[in-house]
Amino acid sequence: MPVLEQPSDALRQFCHGDLDAFEALFRQHQGEVYGWIVRIVRDPAAAEDLTVETFWRIYRARTRFDSTRSFGPWTRRIATNAALGHLKTARNETELPDDLASPPLPDPGISEELRRKTACAFQRLPPKLQVTATLALIEEQPYKEISESLGISLGAVKLRVFRALRLLRKELKKQGIEP
Amino acid sequence: MNEHEQERIEQLLKKSLPPVGTRVGAELRRDLWPAMLKRLEARPTAVPWFDWALLAAVAAWLVFSPGTIPVLLYHL
Repeated sequence: MPVLEQPSDALRQFCHGDLDAFEALFRQHQGEVYGWIVRIVRDPAAAEDLTVETFWRIYRARTRFDSTRSFGPWTRRIATNAALGHLKTARNETELPDDLASPPLPDPGISEELRRKTACAFQRLPPKLQVTATLALIEEQPYKEISESLGISLGAVKLRVFRALRLLRKELKKQGIEP
Repeated sequence: MNEHEQERIEQLLKKSLPPVGTRVGAELRRDLWPAMLKRLEARPTAVPWFDWALLAAVAAWLVFSPGTIPVLLYHL
């Protein structure tokens, strides 16, 4: 996700509650915010709802935003929190959406059963670990960006990734899979 | 967990859950501004009368029996 930069005038107007400035920001960044969220939740419908939820939170928090600072990291952090909240509430209600609207491409190196078991084991990880591992290992986002979006240090990101892998190995072993 | 094991799990994960960044559905297909406007115009959820009554009862109880405050805090 590229860093979102805004002319400070537009941001100042937005901070003062100008709906036109907010609309301009929304239209310019909705695609990027959606793209970030869909990487985390892997569900287009949920990502659309969460994009609106993110901008709703941004609008409500507008007075707390420092217009001299960058809009990007702030937005990404709010989007990540919204996605994390969604994963926490949805994990017990629904199955992990497999792969967006299209079926997964068959990988000759992996059986369907192994793919399903790994995906299920990954879904059972604590949401914070799941989000960090998704962004770092699956989406291969830079660790710095991940640390900013989660509001944690680089070291904490690395630790979460390691813990996620360790838990995943444990879960797979329980299912008789030796990674 | 050694480095080799770690790499194998990473590979397994990537094969099982491919990145969505380049796939169909990863890009926004419609303008969400109408949904945003709807959200902005929605009235905030009203607090039911029962909640206010409950709050008033608890407040009255605490005023008349301040000794129960530590008990209440313990159970919260």
